[in-house]
Amino acid sequence: MTTEIAEPASKVELPSHLSGDAGEIPSFECTIRIARFVPEQDEEPHWEDYQVTMYGTDRVLDALHKIKWEIDGSLSFRRSCAHGICGSDAMRINGRNRLACKTLLKDLDTSKPITVEPIKGLPVEKDLIVDMEPFFQSYREIMPFLITTGNEPTRERLQSQEDRARFDDTTKCILCAACTSSCPVFWTDGQYFGPAAIVNAHRFIFDSRDEGGDLRLEILNDKEGVWRCRTTFNCSEACPRGIEVTKAIAEVKQALFTRAF
Amino acid sequence: MSQATIPAPRSGYNRSKSGGSKFELAAWLYMRLSGILLVVLIFGHLYVNMIAGEGVQQIDFGFVAGKWASPFWQIWDLLMLWLAMLHGTNGMRTIISDYAEKPATRMWWQIILYASSLTIIVLGTLVIYTFEPCPAGADPSVLASFCTAD
Repeated sequence: MTTEIAEPASKVELPSHLSGDAGEIPSFECTIRIARFVPEQDEEPHWEDYQVTMYGTDRVLDALHKIKWEIDGSLSFRRSCAHGICGSDAMRINGRNRLACKTLLKDLDTSKPITVEPIKGLPVEKDLIVDMEPFFQSYREIMPFLITTGNEPTRERLQSQEDRARFDDTTKCILCAACTSSCPVFWTDGQYFGPAAIVNAHRFIFDSRDEGGDLRLEILNDKEGVWRCRTTFNCSEACPRGIEVTKAIAEVKQALFTRAF
Repeated sequence: MSQATIPAPRSGYNRSKSGGSKFELAAWLYMRLSGILLVVLIFGHLYVNMIAGEGVQQIDFGFVAGKWASPFWQIWDLLMLWLAMLHGTNGMRTIISDYAEKPATRMWWQIILYASSLTIIVLGTLVIYTFEPCPAGADPSVLASFCTAD
């Protein structure tokens, strides 16, 4: 049996009276089951199991790193910041869309293999990497930028705290696509705008400084717009930022409704 | 020196624009409003047919004929028929658009759906308005008992 030496929890040398056994991190064996797909070799994705020794402080992303760096260097996945901000590493972990960098292994059932798949509904390019273009296309369509008229002010565009609070929730989106790729309506044909695009439209529609709300509402009034939402709440559950996505979609529906009557 | 243009790796999804149609909004609103109305209409219908009076035993050819002799029940049943059929058809339409992946499959399901809905709505409306319990000149042996009981 080989014993692995755990990396110290801190790189800083602690004086002896401060360090002790209290901070020791428990380690455990776990199996990571990854959906592998190499377009040059495989007809379709297949599962591959990897045995790794991980620690209580490790996340799924650490396990993926360990596999890529120590077991199989051909494993491909996206990640940038690795701290839940960039939105690169959304994947389907144990059947749920999550960020690999925000999912602690100890919170999952490590007695069974942990399944890791690419997010659904977008074309897989390799392993856990999907083509995000359809996702960003609908994001661009809702014009995610400030639209105003008249001369540009010489100072900031001021806004009251209440006006800012109106759309605060939807400013938190990191465009990881966890919501859109958890939506069963999006899975069907990928024509639906998807929760992420609607959330980002909401962020501007309800911004008191923006004057393009009408344009965006008109875009979302499309037959592939907000009316395709079936309020299954998959998106709200999937959002790693805790945005109330379904509520935001309902607010856009309501805005369309009050505009029409 | 000419530069070779690199084609886009993939053309995006082509979303067909519906162009300012309020149909989806109207359909969404219709589902909610007709739902509320149908709760009243259907439970009223169930109560009158199955609980009021002699209860479920009273339902026969004569009972229906009696009800449809009054314009009140004709309008009640007509409303129930139209609201429920359009509500159900719209529900099925959304299910088809959510689950049918191939455009051809989707088209065929929709044709079947709209054709069957139309048939039921037209036939139902005809029955409510042209219901004649005792048609003149009919063979007395096929008529209900109350037609001949003079």
